[in-house]
Amino acid sequence: MNLHQPPLLRRLVSISVLLTLLLLVSAVLGLGLGSAPPQLVESLGVLFGQADPQSMTATIIWRLRLPRVLLAALVGATLSLGGLVFQALLRNPLAEPYILGVSGGSAVGAILGILLGLAPFPGVALLAFVGSMATLLLVLILAAGRAASQKGSLLLAGVMVNAFCSAVIMFFISITQDARLHNIIYWLMGDLSQASPDRLALLLYLLPPCIVLIFLLARPLNLLALGEEVAMYMGINVKTVSYMLLVITSLMVSAIVCQSGLVGFVGLVIPHLLRLLLGPDHRLLIPACVLGGGSYLVLCDLLSRLLPSQGEMPVGVITAIIGAPLFILLLQRGRG
Amino acid sequence: MIPAVRVENLGVSYGKRAILHNLSFQIPNGSFFIIIGPNSSGKTTLLKTMAGVVKPQQGVVEILGKPLADYAKKTLAQKIAVVPQYTPTDVPFKVLEVVLMGRSPHLSLAGLEQKRDLEIAAAAMAVTRVDHLADRRLDQLSGGELQRVVIARALCQQPRLIMLDEPTASLDLAHQVNIMDLLEGLREERGLTVIMISHDVNLAAMYGDQLLLLKEGRIVSLGTPRQVLTYAELEQAYDCMLLVDDNPLRDVPRVTLVPKKFRHQLDC
Repeated sequence: MNLHQPPLLRRLVSISVLLTLLLLVSAVLGLGLGSAPPQLVESLGVLFGQADPQSMTATIIWRLRLPRVLLAALVGATLSLGGLVFQALLRNPLAEPYILGVSGGSAVGAILGILLGLAPFPGVALLAFVGSMATLLLVLILAAGRAASQKGSLLLAGVMVNAFCSAVIMFFISITQDARLHNIIYWLMGDLSQASPDRLALLLYLLPPCIVLIFLLARPLNLLALGEEVAMYMGINVKTVSYMLLVITSLMVSAIVCQSGLVGFVGLVIPHLLRLLLGPDHRLLIPACVLGGGSYLVLCDLLSRLLPSQGEMPVGVITAIIGAPLFILLLQRGRG
Repeated sequence: MIPAVRVENLGVSYGKRAILHNLSFQIPNGSFFIIIGPNSSGKTTLLKTMAGVVKPQQGVVEILGKPLADYAKKTLAQKIAVVPQYTPTDVPFKVLEVVLMGRSPHLSLAGLEQKRDLEIAAAAMAVTRVDHLADRRLDQLSGGELQRVVIARALCQQPRLIMLDEPTASLDLAHQVNIMDLLEGLREERGLTVIMISHDVNLAAMYGDQLLLLKEGRIVSLGTPRQVLTYAELEQAYDCMLLVDDNPLRDVPRVTLVPKKFRHQLDC
């Protein structure tokens, strides 16, 4: 019998080490490069303690670029993990927070909070969470009652809910006259330029426990991939596990959307790529999505800073340019 | 001796629609128990209720002398393994990974499979003769292979009872005998109680020691193949003309379908 595949623990460790290295390299690049100086060589000096920590260069790297790289990593990790969880729970390979309208729902909540003049926390964040839960519920209700094999109904429901959210957001924008307009529009395309240490603090408290919780539910997720019935026969409390995962994921996504706006397709690209490389075991995929998704968005953000000849573009533009064609490809393949 | 399953006054309904009415019966430990009956007679619902995933509105189900309600979900999964009618293969798990999932009820929440679990999986795969397929993906298997993999996963749970919902449906003749012989062997060598649903009354006659004939959620008859597969009972359950004579191999009845153009030969 062939038991040559290395035991899970060894694979888990080696994959984590490899992807942590990737994340570190991405982070160094993200800290070292930018649309304005300092550039890589000079930055490396700062990063490895060779330069004056009070210098302008050091200030740019630690005060401006570091929060941004951290935010990019957290956003990428959360959205990838969100995609992975939704795909497993809904048994639909095209499910993703952005496509399902969960991101859009949080955005409606968040913008409403901003326009009402609420504090970023808890006011805006809470409204964003309510928005994400409401859209998720709406999508699930709209798609329910159809056969589970009809994967299209879930996506259609998501597209419609998304369209509705966009309309609501546009309505908010049209009644807004002040300078916040430019910010909101940028934010709609996913914008990491507003990153700041105090905004990050909330995420750093919230996200790690959520990620750990999801990792603990990795084996039930594997069983769910073989069907709810099988999971029940294996002694899994399917309802509890599903609700827990949906709520945790929506909470994470809404917290992220408050900080970064709408970054699409990350939850599609990364889980699919990793599944292709590592297989479908969620005990490997969850840590891999966190680390790989983080690296991916740090690099995408770097591109969004480097590509335009002046200024920068929203990172959502980059992720959509990469992600949308992949989505179409997967949709085609699903039909074949 | 404590029976593997004891069902008393069992009633199940989905919403207003009653599926099972007041069933009472026992399944002796170590028996080969086959549930037969026409479509929508409640066979699958009965199996799911005995496996603890459908909650009855009325009556009790006892597994190994203890009411279902008293079992934790995980403990129950250590006693009962279920092979459902349909196994999705769209998620590209490998055979070994799927078989190892059978260890799930024995592992703690974040627990990883240990060497012992791998050994149990390997043994289960050897019994169902899928060990050479360990690295194959689920969607690359034939129907018969897939069924043997799912049974290996069930064995990996090290259950006392195994419940199967039409395990031989959609298999060719050789694979049908193959699966049934495998189940027969498990019962004889490990004392496993085998409970299965079948549409094939002749298969049920050859392998079952206890048959339960259901119709519209009620018991038509229960007992040995000789007691259950009589012309009167079958005609009542299936509403069609059948020829019942003796099986030349085993002292059980043999049931033959009667096409329309032969019916006049049987009219009496």
